[in-house]
Amino acid sequence: MILAFVETDASGATEVSREALTLAARMGAPLHAVVVGALPDGVVEQLGRYGVEVVHHAVGDAVAAFGGAAWAAAVQDAAGDAGVVVAPGTPRGMEVAAHLAARLDVPMAANVVAAGAGDPLRVTRQVVGGSVLEEMELPARPAVLTVAGHAVEDEPGDGVTATLRTFTPQVADADLVARVVSVEPVDDAGRSDALTSARVVVGAGRGAGSAAGFDATVELAELLGGALGVSRVVTSLGWRPHHEQIGQTGSRISPDVYIPCGISGAIQHWAGCASSRTILAINSDEAAPMVTKATYAVIGDMHEVVPAINAEIRRRRG
Amino acid sequence: MADVLVCIKRVPEVAGEVALTDDAQGVDARHVGYTISAHESCAVELAVRIATGTGGAATVLTLGTDDAVEQLRTALSLGCSRAVLIEADPSGFGPADVAREIAAVAREHDVVLLGNDAADTGDFQVGIRLAYALGRPVVNGARTVEVADGAVTAQVDGPDGIENYAVPLPAVVTVLEGGVEPRYPTITGRMKAKKVRVETVTPQRGPDGPGRVRLLLPPARPNVVEVLGEGPDAAKSVVDLLEKLGVAR
Ligand SMILES: Cc1cc2nc3c(=O)[nH]c(=O)nc-3n(C[C@H](O)[C@H](O)[C@H](O)COP(=O)(O)OP(=O)(O)OC[C@H]3O[C@@H](n4cnc5c(N)ncnc54)[C@H](O)[C@@H]3O)c2cc1C
Ligand SMILES: Nc1ncnc2c1ncn2[C@@H]1O[C@H](COP(=O)(O)O)[C@@H](O)[C@H]1O
Repeated sequence: MILAFVETDASGATEVSREALTLAARMGAPLHAVVVGALPDGVVEQLGRYGVEVVHHAVGDAVAAFGGAAWAAAVQDAAGDAGVVVAPGTPRGMEVAAHLAARLDVPMAANVVAAGAGDPLRVTRQVVGGSVLEEMELPARPAVLTVAGHAVEDEPGDGVTATLRTFTPQVADADLVARVVSVEPVDDAGRSDALTSARVVVGAGRGAGSAAGFDATVELAELLGGALGVSRVVTSLGWRPHHEQIGQTGSRISPDVYIPCGISGAIQHWAGCASSRTILAINSDEAAPMVTKATYAVIGDMHEVVPAINAEIRRRRG
Repeated sequence: MADVLVCIKRVPEVAGEVALTDDAQGVDARHVGYTISAHESCAVELAVRIATGTGGAATVLTLGTDDAVEQLRTALSLGCSRAVLIEADPSGFGPADVAREIAAVAREHDVVLLGNDAADTGDFQVGIRLAYALGRPVVNGARTVEVADGAVTAQVDGPDGIENYAVPLPAVVTVLEGGVEPRYPTITGRMKAKKVRVETVTPQRGPDGPGRVRLLLPPARPNVVEVLGEGPDAAKSVVDLLEKLGVAR
């Protein structure tokens, strides 16, 4: 059996979870899924479309609040004698998978992009922020792996009718010590969700020049109904808050259009924007990696080009 | 008084092109410098703050070759007072091996801080494995960490907002970049760091290894960039394009 740990939000299985399911379904059958916590309406049917035969739903006080160890205990319970456990390559997916691997004393492969079917299982995964791939062998069972976000196309497979099995995992006291005790909602301005789910992202890097140099890029993002994202130089200099950072140690974005302005395109930045569908780079240096890797480019000073674009958009809107 | 251990890993500071070694087992770093992960820089900052705030001490640790003393000294110059080198070639050590070796040193420390993931191998697991090896609770991906009254409080950016954790000492915490601003070394800090003797220990046992078969570079995406123009005159073509892509209205 192959077990997929699935994260949900109000709309059902999250995008990276669906991508992970797509990869899991290709690894063999039967495919099961485990959901811990909220089970949104329609998610059992949704998972069935990916070939999931059984949805294990963990309920009970022990897993009501998030805790890496408690949630991993639930996944472990559902895993039985699974040969492979797959999780999404999100912060929680990584955390739960690492707990599971540590509990079972088996290796874990993070950020997998492709998996073979042989024995020992061989996977390919992203390392060095996605600029290098590693082939890795996972000889132990179950093989525990997480699937890199936006590396596998979300694609439902041969649908089946999934059945729901609700269970209350046995969780030891020691596994309840580190768990969320309270959550403080933050307003939209303080979150990276807007950035990671935006269809258009306008980026700004060192080329912005100073903390006062973001007005035009912020305005462009607003005009396009998108979000502002920045490079690490910008956050380390304290020009913009860290939740706006794109890259290996920031957010991973996959918008339809990314417009990086004054960003050189270092591999750690590229790690966060490589899955953008179209990239339009605005940079004064035509040899900058961001320019050579982009789909489109404008060569020039962002402080002249971006206001001109804003003016043109406003002019056409009348 | 909290005794903090912070774990860092020396990694090549690659920015543009990455080259691999001939045996395809590592990144060819002959022409680049070395650094530590941004997460680990924040972990060092938090370790120093906790040590200072509680009147305790911060120890920095790495499993690496003699060269990694460079990164240990940087952490010493920032306010760590002891440094431990577990001398070994880190490329032969998998995350479970590293966790086991850190555990052998970490037992005496109240709090162990690590990065959320290493900048090179990105295994996302050494801290969690370490917690199991020590039988301690672990908070993962913390942006801020404080120690008071025998407990660690930490904040994590979760899907529904800022999640608060409170766990009793001793504990393990892995740190994400962004919650604190790492300080810069001072001249006196650098002088002090030079005088500290790095304690070298040997691994408990040989590694089981990382399961690595080989590294490869992703196929180069042949790319032809279409230059829309130069300077502000390009604005018209840019907006034409944005309209064509359906994002300008
Ligand atoms: C472990 C590690 C993790 C990292 N994680 C991240 C990460 O998550 N995200 C990230 O972004 N970086 C990260 N970095 C840093 C990364 O290596 C680069 O240093 C950083 O991305 C560079 O930011 P930048 O492009 O804004 O600045 P620079 O590299 O300085 O580039 C500035 C660019 O702006 C152009 N420019 C200058 N002035 C103008 C102007 N007036 N108009 C138009 N163009 C102009 C220049 O031609 C240049 O291309 C990480 C580094 C390490 C070692
Ligand atoms: N060789 C090492 N020496 C010391 N600490 C390490 C080493 N490898 C990993 N770590 C720590 O474990 C964290 C997570 O690493 P990883 O699980 O490999 O992604 C890193 O950010 C470091 O804090």
